Amino acid sequence: MGTVKLPAIDYAALAPMLILFGVACLGVIVEAILPRRSRHGVQLGLSFLAIVAAFVVVIVEHGKHKTTIGGAVAVDGPTLFLQGAILVLGAVSLMLIGERSIERGGPFVAQAAITVGSQKDLQQAGDRDGATEVYPLTMFALGGMLLFVSANDLLTMFVALEVFSLPLYLLCALARRRRLLSQEAAMKYFLLGSYASAFFLFGIALIYGFSGGIQLSAVHAGIADPKQSEILLYAGLALLAIGLLFKAALAPFHVWTPDVYQGAPTPITALMAACTKVAAFGALLRILYVAFEGVRWDFQPVLGVIAVLTMFVGAVLAVTQTDMKRLLAYSSIANAGYLLVGVLALNQRGLSSTMFYLVAYGFSVLAAFGIVTLVRDADGEATHLSRWAGLGKKSPLFAATFSFILLAFAGIPLTSGFTSKFAVFGAAVEGGQTWLVIFGVITSMLIAFPYLRVVVMLWFSEPGESTPTVSIPGFLTSAALAIGVIATLVLGVVPAPLIDLTQNAANFVR
Amino acid sequence: MEQTVEYAHATGALSGIWLLVAIPLASAAVLLLLGKRADKWGHWLGVLAVAVPFVLGLVFFISLAGLDAGKRSAELSMWDFITVGGLHVDFGMLFDPLSGVFVLLITGVGSLIHLYAVGYMEHDPGRRKFFGYFNLFVAAMLLLVLGNNYVMLYFGWEGVGLASYLLISFWYTRPSAATAGKKAFLMNRVGDAGLAIGIFLMFATLGSTQYADVFNGVGKLSSATVLIMGILLLLGAAGKSGQFPLQAWLPDAMEGPTPVSALIHAATMVTAGVYLIARSNHIFSANSTLQIIVVSVGALTLLMGCIIGAAKDDIKRVLAWSTVSQIGYMFLGVGLGGGAYALAIIHLLAHGFFKANMFLGAGSVMHGMHDQVDIRRFGGLRKYMRWTWLTFMMGWLAIIGIPPLSGFFSKDPIIEAAYSRGDWTSWLYGTAALVGAGLTAFYMTRLFVLTFHGPERYTDDNKHPHESPFIMTVPLMLLALGSIVAGYLLSTSIPDWLEPVTGRGEGEPVMNKYLISALTLIFSVGGALVAWALFRRGTALQEQPAGVVVTAARRNLYTDAFNEAVFERPGIYLTRALVYLDNRGIDGLVNGIAAGIGGSSGRLRRLQTGFVRSYALSMLTGALLVVGAFLAIQLGWLA
Repeated sequence: MGTVKLPAIDYAALAPMLILFGVACLGVIVEAILPRRSRHGVQLGLSFLAIVAAFVVVIVEHGKHKTTIGGAVAVDGPTLFLQGAILVLGAVSLMLIGERSIERGGPFVAQAAITVGSQKDLQQAGDRDGATEVYPLTMFALGGMLLFVSANDLLTMFVALEVFSLPLYLLCALARRRRLLSQEAAMKYFLLGSYASAFFLFGIALIYGFSGGIQLSAVHAGIADPKQSEILLYAGLALLAIGLLFKAALAPFHVWTPDVYQGAPTPITALMAACTKVAAFGALLRILYVAFEGVRWDFQPVLGVIAVLTMFVGAVLAVTQTDMKRLLAYSSIANAGYLLVGVLALNQRGLSSTMFYLVAYGFSVLAAFGIVTLVRDADGEATHLSRWAGLGKKSPLFAATFSFILLAFAGIPLTSGFTSKFAVFGAAVEGGQTWLVIFGVITSMLIAFPYLRVVVMLWFSEPGESTPTVSIPGFLTSAALAIGVIATLVLGVVPAPLIDLTQNAANFVR
Repeated sequence: MEQTVEYAHATGALSGIWLLVAIPLASAAVLLLLGKRADKWGHWLGVLAVAVPFVLGLVFFISLAGLDAGKRSAELSMWDFITVGGLHVDFGMLFDPLSGVFVLLITGVGSLIHLYAVGYMEHDPGRRKFFGYFNLFVAAMLLLVLGNNYVMLYFGWEGVGLASYLLISFWYTRPSAATAGKKAFLMNRVGDAGLAIGIFLMFATLGSTQYADVFNGVGKLSSATVLIMGILLLLGAAGKSGQFPLQAWLPDAMEGPTPVSALIHAATMVTAGVYLIARSNHIFSANSTLQIIVVSVGALTLLMGCIIGAAKDDIKRVLAWSTVSQIGYMFLGVGLGGGAYALAIIHLLAHGFFKANMFLGAGSVMHGMHDQVDIRRFGGLRKYMRWTWLTFMMGWLAIIGIPPLSGFFSKDPIIEAAYSRGDWTSWLYGTAALVGAGLTAFYMTRLFVLTFHGPERYTDDNKHPHESPFIMTVPLMLLALGSIVAGYLLSTSIPDWLEPVTGRGEGEPVMNKYLISALTLIFSVGGALVAWALFRRGTALQEQPAGVVVTAARRNLYTDAFNEAVFERPGIYLTRALVYLDNRGIDGLVNGIAAGIGGSSGRLRRLQTGFVRSYALSMLTGALLVVGAFLAIQLGWLA
């Protein structure tokens, strides 16, 4: 009789995920036993506590460099840095999610299952408090993301992908206003997400067939000493990559992004734009740098073409957008292209600058969507661009804040948008990918146009009859906005401390 | 130049030097951000935000004086500002004897002028905003003199420029003020571009912009590089300090409120050019051609300023041209090198006192005369404005160099140093400085006599001149006191104090020292007497036809016409040609590209149908392409 040998488990290393998942389960119980009135406060408090606790653990763990549970999870510099980033950005997103003073009952629907337009729906639309299930769902999503960036074998990575995707599909469907649009977005995201997951899973199967293992180190070893046809390897790599490119919103797998960003409740859009991006690029970095480093010369040109295509699609399509959330969605697509340029540097600086970019962009995009939640009329958020005209005259402070964020997106110096683009482009030049940088610079110029057009509209148009009001943000949204704007400024003026941190962290365990 | 430059780290009280910049900056932020809520108390906060740094400056100054002479400097490195490739710029500060005296000048004279402005701007609805800009200026100026590298200096440099444009066009509803702001901006751009390129050159050749690295590295550069670097820095200095050929903006800048003219365009900002050259003395001393250029610029400007100043009738413009001319003396001093650096700084400080005194006096006159600025319409004001008259007289006697007032102790040594170059150029520059002293006495006496003495020539609208309130005359008295004693005090202390920064050097004048002093005095008194004789009975109210020289002087020696013919006209033609090219060629191209992008954007947008099935199809196509590409690479079809 053989004995089953249990792998050693480093609970401290897993603690951030365990805390978030634990609190998520606790949240489900809270939903069941607490009265409706007190749920919001308890859930919000629990979620914040969980994030803070997880963040403390991440900080305590710093400097660790090992794998655990039989090599399924890697705890190293990039893991801890990206987990920290997800937690901080997640906390700021949670502030937007938890805001209830802008709209009565918050941005989420009370009961998502009620048919849209029915009598009951009209009743609940007015005054019922939003569903508090969003907090456990958010915790599950964040926990999945933490696992995704630390997964060291392909199956764990797939599980993590599903764990964080499923709650996000649900969250997308929970908008209080424009519920049909929201449900449509969720449906699309779910269908296309499952489709992409299938590619990913198929890729895992092929890679397993090639290398005989699912651990990233086994794949690395398999590439060094191939025992099977390399067709398996390349097809598998392509399919794996497609799954990740979908999550990261890279062309031509970006098609869901504008629809979903537009339809989802804005705080959830912010969460996806900031945290999902970190998670997707974290996993992409790990796969490319740890498992497939041996075939870098082969995937570099293909992914390079994808980066160029993404940057162009994002920049060119942003030009004709008329909806603020769609504009920001295309901006996020273009930014995914810049991030991929950093990834494709395939050197230590590429790794560190991509991580820096993720954090810097995350803060800016959270602030941008935070402001979108404030510009409203009687029907909720007024996201059509024409409605924003002349807002500078009515609410100069918010228009100035938004202009600042847009200038950051456009990469104007003294904002984090400049320092982060500079960092990834510098890394790409060092890694011999100058052609990507040339396209990067061209598209940066293209996409500056839609941003600046919004700035011009904000300040140089006269406010009209239909110009919506800017709501006074509650404490949570104010805090989120302040954090986003200050981070964008500070990372633009004194980026050195964070860059040093990323450089110290840029070392994968294999 | 074998001696190496090293700065000691800031310790003890001196580690707080960042407060000097932070306090006025914070106050400016409060004043400009709080808006109307701060209207009631904003001006007092503004005064306090300069007075406190003055006290701090004194403390730091005394702590610095307590250090050993060899280590009399304090460098405070705060954080890495820019680190890109080989470029490393420190956000750091340096408090050494040179920046120390500047800090005291800026905050000391600045406090008095802030106090005066409380009264002067009392009825202006924008007083809070004014103090916000004023504090911003002080913060930027302190940053300029406290930075420990050229990039920090450049930051302060642009900061004072910004504050200066804002303040010149403070009354922006007046077209002349708006135009003057624009002119100052454009002419300064030319100088600033020079400074910026100079800093680039430093980085390109020396790999650093830190003062210590640059000064220690200058010896290794070829003399041509040093010459170019120096000329670029000089261009920046000339732009900021209103020196030939970039002098035309300074007199127009008098459109701003009078305290602005006193603080920015007389006492502090315009001396930034002198600071730059004195700070960079290692660069300028390394090349004798460079020194000759600086000296020539100084000598030429000081004469131009005198001649034009003698023909102007606007009280503030006369003072402005006088400033141009006095800064010419300072440039002459820093260009001479060696011990003359200290002399130039002495003159700068003394000038800060007596020129601020006279500007504020002029403001007091305007205050009592309903904003009349034409000296032909004053006269006999001494009866109505006792304090203003008395304090202005101290400034007048100081600037023309009557012993024992401060101008005598500060200007005389510069003239003497100009005679000490040791070759035939001594005669040229020395005599220019000497003649300048005579002309200075002439135009300042003209100004003084026409304003305060002689018959009353008021026009109808301002028959009843009155003295200004206490809050305006007290700063005048303090500044007048400074005009009397500063020169003697400074001339006995500053040369030793500045020795660690600028070094020391003595030359023998080509004629006897006492003869030079005597000649200077004769020229000054002579100039004053001529003016007195000509103008004690007043002057015509209108401009009279005059000879060639006076007409030329009235027209600013045709420098504006020169600027117009040499820069503006060709500039306009060039712009027209470029506009043509732009419309036909570049716009066509750009519009074409824009239309192309807009069009393709529109077409691509149609792919975004909203149907999941078409999205899935596009993803499948993409997937096939990606897999196909990988396999193609593997099978060797590509690459």
